[in-house]
Amino acid sequence: MVVDTKRSPERATVSIADEPAAPPHEVGETSERVTVIRPASRWPRLDVGELWHYRELLRTFVWRDIKVRYKQTSIGVAWALFVPIFTAAVYIFFLGKFAKLPRGSLPYTVLVFAGLLPMQFFSSALTLSSTSIVGAVNLVTRVYFPRVLIPLGAVIVPAVDFVFGFTVMLALMGWYGTWPPGGLVALLAPAFLALAFVTVLGLGLFLSAVNVRYRDVPYAIPVFLQVLPFLSGVVYDVNHIPTKWQWILSVNPMTAVIAGWRWTMLGAGAPNVARTGIGVVVGIALFVIGLAFFRRSEPRFADTI
Amino acid sequence: MSTAITAEGLAKQYRIGQYRQAYGTLRDSLVHAAKLLARREHVAETRDIWALQDVSFDVQEGEVLGVIGRNGAGKSTLLKILTRITSPTAGRAEIRGRVGSLLEVGTGFHPELTGRENIYLNGSILGMKRREIAGKLPEIIEFSGIEKFLDTPVKRYSSGMYVRLAFSVAAHLEPEILLVDEVLAVGDAEFQRRCLGRMEEYGTSGRTVVFVSHNMPAVSRLCERVILLSGGTIAMDGPAEEVVAHYLHTETGTASWRRWEGTDSPGNDLVRLRGARVVDSDGGIVDASDVRQPVGIEIGFDVLRLGEPVFAQIKLLDQRGDIAFNALDSRPEWRVPSAPGSYVVTAWLPGNLLNEGLYTVNIAVCTAGAKLIHHAGVVEAVSFTVYDPAEGDSSRGSFTGPLRGPVRPLLEWTTASD
Repeated sequence: MVVDTKRSPERATVSIADEPAAPPHEVGETSERVTVIRPASRWPRLDVGELWHYRELLRTFVWRDIKVRYKQTSIGVAWALFVPIFTAAVYIFFLGKFAKLPRGSLPYTVLVFAGLLPMQFFSSALTLSSTSIVGAVNLVTRVYFPRVLIPLGAVIVPAVDFVFGFTVMLALMGWYGTWPPGGLVALLAPAFLALAFVTVLGLGLFLSAVNVRYRDVPYAIPVFLQVLPFLSGVVYDVNHIPTKWQWILSVNPMTAVIAGWRWTMLGAGAPNVARTGIGVVVGIALFVIGLAFFRRSEPRFADTI
Repeated sequence: MSTAITAEGLAKQYRIGQYRQAYGTLRDSLVHAAKLLARREHVAETRDIWALQDVSFDVQEGEVLGVIGRNGAGKSTLLKILTRITSPTAGRAEIRGRVGSLLEVGTGFHPELTGRENIYLNGSILGMKRREIAGKLPEIIEFSGIEKFLDTPVKRYSSGMYVRLAFSVAAHLEPEILLVDEVLAVGDAEFQRRCLGRMEEYGTSGRTVVFVSHNMPAVSRLCERVILLSGGTIAMDGPAEEVVAHYLHTETGTASWRRWEGTDSPGNDLVRLRGARVVDSDGGIVDASDVRQPVGIEIGFDVLRLGEPVFAQIKLLDQRGDIAFNALDSRPEWRVPSAPGSYVVTAWLPGNLLNEGLYTVNIAVCTAGAKLIHHAGVVEAVSFTVYDPAEGDSSRGSFTGPLRGPVRPLLEWTTASD
């Protein structure tokens, strides 16, 4: 053995004593891992294997946000019930009383509340995800992990509020006796929620990347979110407005989400297949574009943030 | 022994203009775009800067590599590329094994969460599995010494407790490759000391460490090999002592004389330093001194008012940054309150005392109490090189190889005569 003159004999002893202490299973597990560092590729690609490797981190992010949310507030979970109830009450009272909006055969209260739930998920998810990367500046400039996890987590967190709000909706459905239509239609309900999820994730990915360079995003979003409920049929039944307008509104995936959600959960009239199809295509397109843009911008986040 | 890190031609380009725009708004960009369209030409408002260029090196498994260089030489960029925080513009690197870094200490800590919750959060951000964290939890808690406050939100922690907990998590990450940027490491001196201690432990337990630092004594103590970065390229790659010595001599700008004028000069309301020089016995400034000749460290200072007894001090550092010795001006006249005025004192280092190599001198003017009170002091004020012409009359005799140690006095040897 070559004696390294730089190290004192005392330290050399430490080194020998330390070696068996290293957990062998870990070394075996991780030393296989070779990380290759290369310039960012021109064409973005989603490394699914890597995302899978980091799945626990996603869980941690979601767990953290939910925990923090209910810790900081004094009435915690109650907010998840109070916000949709209050908003729905305002809509129902003012719009139900004074505006002659087309409402179909459903009781207006149930119609509005059922429309509001996915809409509020969309609003919170968009607000949280669009600022998520900038909000995580400490992480982005100091640790590596797939950045996609940050906006993804921010979209999952409001889904918890949705679940709480859903219990209120179930109560209203029981009160008014509006149940899902027979057959397997109710099984389609999650598909419409998934459309809302995919759409808002796409937009959230896009805007969170834009926000790294242009901090205008948080100013623009509230304006957009104020108009969106009226373009998505939250306070009226989209099936009962002029067909021309139905076609125009079909570009908005949330229109398809809300119409489909009311159909599958409340037994409202079935939405038009072609117009729903447009919404689905737009939603998926937004997701693909958002993800591609995000992956493309990702390598520069730490430099520009 | 296999290679832990391979870097080939790593380069990183920053666009300065892009930086400026990054803090602008959409409007600025639109205006800019409109201007470009109107002029139909590319306005060269952006300037490209290569923070790193053609950097290639290998790090063997178990090697402790130091990376030194001035601010802006590309040290931190290199580390950011290796930790994958930013991607290189060109080149390629391969890292074998789990990477951890001490600049991530406390990353992602959430003030509202309790200590225990933050251990999980932080550990998971640093790349540990929940199962793994659960297994190490008792050790982490024990090491941090805050078990009493484990279920208290960390926003109620003192900064010391916070750092202890954060460090404890990072220290149990057990990476196979540890990347440390001492320049970026936040925290107090105590924390920095712990970082160094942990690094030393890692280095001696056969793990690979890349250590970016300004702390030359630490670099030369901990690292076998050092890379000197200069202007984004590797200026030197070799044994720690050689590279550190080269750096100290060429890049820090420490010369064999210094002058301070006016209010910029180091000091307080009692003492101000005026200058320091390395001189030979004729009073001339020397850069390099024959090992057999005496060298004088001359210190000029002003005493501004009658106050306490002050005296000069020198601290000599060898080229590894270790202290060779401290010396105080202990003459009786400096033990009574010093009269206001300008003084020039010289400490004479006898010939045949120092070893060969680069010496750096810290100078100070102080008062003796229970501790030394520094009124004025400059670290690495002057430096000089000692050489041995090897003519056979120095303490190396006829031996020409390397002799270690901060000093190499010519001793009087005797032989028992019976």
